[in-house]
Amino acid sequence: MRMMIGQLSVIFGVLIAALTAAAFLIWLERRLLALWQDRYGPNRAGPFGLLQVPADMIKIFFKEDWIPPFADRQLFVAAPAIITITVLLSFAVVPFAPGIAVISPDLGLLFFLGMSSLAVYSVALAGISSNNKYSLIGALRALAQLLSYEVFMGLSLMGVVMLAGSFNLNKIVEAQRHLWFVIPQFPGFILFFIAGIAETHRLPFDLPEAESELSAGFHCEYSGMKFGMFFVGEYLSITLISAMTATFFFGGWQGPLLPPVIWFALKTFAFICLFILIRASLPRPRYDQLLAFAWKLLLPLALLNVLITAAIVLALER
Amino acid sequence: MEPTNNVSADLVVKDLRERFGTDAFRPQETKDSIPTYWVREPVRDILKYLKTDIKKPYRTLFDLSVVDERFRKHRQGLPDCDFSVTYHLLSYERNNDVRLKVALRGENPSLQTISDIWPAANWYEREAWDMFGIVFDGHPNLRRLLLPPTWKGHPLLKTHPARATDMEPFTLPDDRQEVEQNALRFEPEQWGMQRRSETSDFLFLNLGPQHPGTHGPFRIVLQMDGEEIIGLVPDIGFHHRGAEKMGERQSWHTYIPYTDRVDYLGGVMNNFAYVLTVEKLAGIDVPQRAQTTRIMLAELFRIASHLVWYGTFAQDLGAMSPVFYMFNDRERIFGIIEALCGGRMHPSFFRIGGLTQDLPKGWDRLIDDFIKYFPPHLREYDQLVMENAIFKARTKGIGAYSLEEAIEWGVTGPGLRACGMEWDFRKKRPYSGYEQLDFEIPVAKNGDCYDRAVVRVAEIRQSLRIIEQCLKNMPAGSYKADHPVATPPRRNKMLYDIETLINHFLSVSWGPVIPPGEAAVLIEATKGCNAYYLISDGNTTSYRTRIRTPSFAHLQMLPLIAKGMPIPDLMALLGSIDYVLADVDR
Repeated sequence: MRMMIGQLSVIFGVLIAALTAAAFLIWLERRLLALWQDRYGPNRAGPFGLLQVPADMIKIFFKEDWIPPFADRQLFVAAPAIITITVLLSFAVVPFAPGIAVISPDLGLLFFLGMSSLAVYSVALAGISSNNKYSLIGALRALAQLLSYEVFMGLSLMGVVMLAGSFNLNKIVEAQRHLWFVIPQFPGFILFFIAGIAETHRLPFDLPEAESELSAGFHCEYSGMKFGMFFVGEYLSITLISAMTATFFFGGWQGPLLPPVIWFALKTFAFICLFILIRASLPRPRYDQLLAFAWKLLLPLALLNVLITAAIVLALER
Repeated sequence: MEPTNNVSADLVVKDLRERFGTDAFRPQETKDSIPTYWVREPVRDILKYLKTDIKKPYRTLFDLSVVDERFRKHRQGLPDCDFSVTYHLLSYERNNDVRLKVALRGENPSLQTISDIWPAANWYEREAWDMFGIVFDGHPNLRRLLLPPTWKGHPLLKTHPARATDMEPFTLPDDRQEVEQNALRFEPEQWGMQRRSETSDFLFLNLGPQHPGTHGPFRIVLQMDGEEIIGLVPDIGFHHRGAEKMGERQSWHTYIPYTDRVDYLGGVMNNFAYVLTVEKLAGIDVPQRAQTTRIMLAELFRIASHLVWYGTFAQDLGAMSPVFYMFNDRERIFGIIEALCGGRMHPSFFRIGGLTQDLPKGWDRLIDDFIKYFPPHLREYDQLVMENAIFKARTKGIGAYSLEEAIEWGVTGPGLRACGMEWDFRKKRPYSGYEQLDFEIPVAKNGDCYDRAVVRVAEIRQSLRIIEQCLKNMPAGSYKADHPVATPPRRNKMLYDIETLINHFLSVSWGPVIPPGEAAVLIEATKGCNAYYLISDGNTTSYRTRIRTPSFAHLQMLPLIAKGMPIPDLMALLGSIDYVLADVDR
């Protein structure tokens, strides 16, 4: 019984922490972008505009829940749920601190990769079920992009797995007690982070949305809370990728003096800011350039990284 | 600088007379130095000769306009006719223009199309049909261009009312609404497109009139195979406000604010083209101080307009930050403009014969601060945008057209200079004292999106140079010509004798009377060459106001360049053309 209460509290804790972080991120991103773009950003509702997010949420909850008559109803409704569910499920394996994780399966890393693969369905189904040409193009781009980047997202993590000798995220964190994997696995880190940006389809990889080309791409037809789900889903994925980057390459919750949870949060926060900074500074490549970049440059690099890491690990074991 | 026009044109006419007969050409006196000849049909052959066969040919169809001559009173030397069609040709090799006019009789008169000689004539002829009902025989697609397909009548006819109050009240009964809605239905065949080829069904994508990438109400119908654009049809006219018709209703003076809104990013640059032409018609010499101030303000607006282009171009390519920096700097310029003129985007500061008022005290400090402030920022923007690898990958080699094509389609301004043509009206045909200023014409050679950007960014720097020279050498003296028709009229002797008081009263209430004549002054506006072809019938309003805008010509070229592109490249192309829809539709 006691264990169950403990587990439940962890589950709800993680759920609430993730959703709050995502909501807070909306504010953070708008303020940070404003800071870098020489403007104010939301600063009217509450101190520093902090109540902007609740205000937006109230608005979005009370908006008419409109489903276009030409859309495929079931898929149209399911699509935004898929992204939120898959990303939230991924949070289950994130080790926030020693012992604080919803589950700690031995194949945690694969679970994370699997869930992020499932998230592709959300974008693809949203685009196709909307029955809108812009959405369709957005969905096709999303499919091509996410499938390409997924391939080496997994590969880029294999070096980490080899060094840690496990797919278990807790063990990966513990293996970094003396040396963060970012040092031996620097190419892996870069590759993983690029793939992460592509998976969350944020600028410069926001081709499925591509505001100036496809107006809003795959979620053209969405409004109200369904649009809100995509929105929250995107911020959840940013948090997730940042948390995973911290876990795989930056020692997870490990750090001196401060409690582990704080360390974990700080590291995650740093990568979230990096996400936003990248968005503020780069233009968007064309999709063929994007795919060429993935298949011709990043994939070979990832493979090379796996080979070299494997060779070194073998050599050291001898 | 100007007289070359006459000598060279006389030779041309000699040549033409030998070929087409001596009585085929009848010269008309105009107030500008552009040689103007009335010719007999078929004008086609003459135009073709001028374009292809003559030495140093006139390769650009600069403008094609129509005048409803039926109510014109001052007709000395003009043939008797109901309509006249004017072909304005431009030769860069000669630095020379020629205007050919054809007299037409009767309602809905017709003449041969020249759209097979100049593909650029296509839209001009459609506009002429739309506005005047002139039929161009053999035109491939003589449909309405600016007005909706269901429109009745031809609004630029003198018989067409200019005000809504002169017309029946507007109603939209159900049956009419039905008709209007059906007219909006998209049928690819009507636009000259196939629904499918042997191998695939095409996707028709309706881009606009409300789309973030089109920079205004502009519609393009894309015929796509996957993401490749097979064909496209630009649909314009959503921003049409009848600026030319308003010119026939407003007095010479009160039309100035309307010009501001044609290229709404250009501000006083539009006033510039207009007042220069009116001054040419009236024979006003503008004082030095007014001329230099005009240049200074025009160059400030050139920078402001280029900044909008710079930021939005980066945004079209997905970069979200540059537009904020550039709009901030544009805001700085507007701060200066506001202090100097009182207005911001549309200051309407120029007047016939000079300016609204003198520059305020302390204007030099504002300009000086800006000149010091701006260059370091400009360098920063270069690093942020022009030197960015993704930006280069998205723009280099994209949307290129050759110099030949540019000349053929009437491209002017940065779009022409990006193809390697060192041509700037400020240098080649200096007006308002540009000949006294030291600046360069930036050119590039590939004519792609990146080179157009390079040229514009370099132009910002040259404009700063010009402004600095204006600041350092601002002449003393009056800000307005001491001339009877300069507006607003002189007040200094107004209260001392009755004659001047009456003149003042008439000139304010009715507006000045500009002596009869025709003129156009070609200026280097922000987007290319802008010209007002004004015809005065000795009245308080113009008889015909023809606005030749650069964006119109540039946008017409779109299908030629965009075929075979994917959508992202089309967005880069649209951004690099730098058009303003009000400048296209007028």
